[in-house]
Amino acid sequence: MAAIAEDSELIAFVYAEARLIDEKRLEEWYELFADDSRYWMPLTRGQQNGRTENSLFFDDKLLLKVRIARLRNPHAYSQASPSWCQHVLQAPTIEDRGAATGVAVTRTAFVYVESQQDHQEVYAGVVWHHLKRSGDRLVLMLKKVELLNCEAALSSLQLFP
Amino acid sequence: MCESNALCVKVAARGGAFLCVRRYTEIAVIQYRDNPSAIRALVRGGDVHRDVYLSPELFDLEMERLWHRAWVYVGHDSQVPKAGDYFTAEIARQPLVMIRAPDGEVRVFYNRCAHKGSKIVSATSGNCPGVLRCPYHGWTYRLDGTLRTVPLKGGYADTGFAEAPAARGLTPVAAVAVHRGFVFARLSGSGAEFVEYFGDSLSSIDNMADRSPVGRLEVVGGTLRYMHNCNWKMFVENLNDTMHPMVAHESSAGTARDLWKDQPPDAPKPMVIEQFLPFVSNYEFFDKMGVKIYENGHSYTGVNFSIHSKYSSMPEYEAQMDAAYGAERARAILGEIRHNTVYYPSLTVKGAIQTIRIVRPIAADRTLIESSTLRLVGAPESLLERSVMYNRIINAPTSVVGHDDLHCYRAMQEGLAAEGNEWVSLRRNFSSRDEERGVAGSYNGTSEISVRGQFRAWLAAMAPGDGAP
Repeated sequence: MAAIAEDSELIAFVYAEARLIDEKRLEEWYELFADDSRYWMPLTRGQQNGRTENSLFFDDKLLLKVRIARLRNPHAYSQASPSWCQHVLQAPTIEDRGAATGVAVTRTAFVYVESQQDHQEVYAGVVWHHLKRSGDRLVLMLKKVELLNCEAALSSLQLFP
Repeated sequence: MCESNALCVKVAARGGAFLCVRRYTEIAVIQYRDNPSAIRALVRGGDVHRDVYLSPELFDLEMERLWHRAWVYVGHDSQVPKAGDYFTAEIARQPLVMIRAPDGEVRVFYNRCAHKGSKIVSATSGNCPGVLRCPYHGWTYRLDGTLRTVPLKGGYADTGFAEAPAARGLTPVAAVAVHRGFVFARLSGSGAEFVEYFGDSLSSIDNMADRSPVGRLEVVGGTLRYMHNCNWKMFVENLNDTMHPMVAHESSAGTARDLWKDQPPDAPKPMVIEQFLPFVSNYEFFDKMGVKIYENGHSYTGVNFSIHSKYSSMPEYEAQMDAAYGAERARAILGEIRHNTVYYPSLTVKGAIQTIRIVRPIAADRTLIESSTLRLVGAPESLLERSVMYNRIINAPTSVVGHDDLHCYRAMQEGLAAEGNEWVSLRRNFSSRDEERGVAGSYNGTSEISVRGQFRAWLAAMAPGDGAP
């Protein structure tokens, strides 16, 4: 089997994915995830299993849908003053082109800033995108965000690193 | 009093006894320390004064008088399974370390070298094989805290060292008690004994442990740590506040409900839906749930049923429980489905979903909440998955439920600065005549009596009357 996509297409996906979040085009962002995918942010370094260990995110599409719909809900009081975020991405590297598995993997170091009113938090880490082909487009099987300070006491993190 | 200081003048105008201390550019107003009647005036039956949430001085006094005399939760003994394992915690601004000694006992010391005060261990947890060694000058201690070696000890000959404080080694906390693996400490030498302090409220911990077919729990999977920029009491009060879920959590649980509403009634609910839906139950549900109050500030909601009652059954697990306990006893254990139990002031427990939340006050407007998942030893992994999901979607800093709770606490912390009304109302189902005699008993679930019970304990610690220790 060949690589599932040109490197440039994989890299473009990673940039576009972050931009959809930053622009709060969250319904479009949601469509990037495959039906059996996960959005995972482990709580501890080297965490193996999101089902039996605590995570910050270990969302299937249903939970992701609840989160996005809530952000649109006028009674989401913690968003009475909306949060905004900005991803700043390092150039992604291609870790696996998916020739053997059908799943390509990219690694991207990032800085993520989330702000609300006078409050701003800066996070950093590495994000792994596991991508497969679905017809003429790429979809996420897994977005895994390894936060640098995942084990620290965090304040509310309300959007999506 | 410095007449030029507007704060002092304001305090004087309110009739408080005070002492104003100038420290560099900071001003500390001492209004309550030596004035128990001023503290008593803060709790007025069904109302409390806003200072209990705002005043840094009252926060200091809470740490000294309430938190030092209470039995506070340190950790679980499953976090230190082997001899030499340690686990550190900062409680009431005291650095503590819990250590498993070679004899199997769990000991709790102040985490401070007897020499110059360095913390002996700095990591959250780890293992010290046989000996604790200070990273600064290499003084070593046995796991029972006694001083073992000091480098170049000859330098202390004829210095009176043997009688000096340093020779005593690590200082143990005044009292430690372990109940079903839950390690509690009392920092002060005076205060109630463990069983007297918690009384029958320990039944919630018992029920959680009994839910394991072998009666044992294990903390697993990392601790969720969520910094709350609010007073610790706002969080503790909220645990048995049953009038907020249908309002504060409408956007999260209500959204889950709306996404699920077109499904047929008998469609199997995904775990996430099953866990969210009960948060938007109606007032009648929460009222009939009931609340049980104990002395010393402890309480639990969910006397009759709770938001965890309708989780799908797990036949394999239930068969295990029947085999372990006999059918009747197993039904009794699993039929006790409590909501939140508050072990005032430091721990809240959710036995039915094996999740605990630990309260670590840092300042009047800053509190760290740590949430742990407990594995029912011997039970199927599906129960652990359920607990892990609950902890994540409810207690994580990324929780849509937690976001709205914290938003409300923060809104109170800021809103209480408002002039014109200095009082917080806790009057729902208040009866001054009955509550003067005591608060212990069972009540309707939407009563605010759990909070009044907490302030009764608060006052007893903060402004003890005649005859109190």
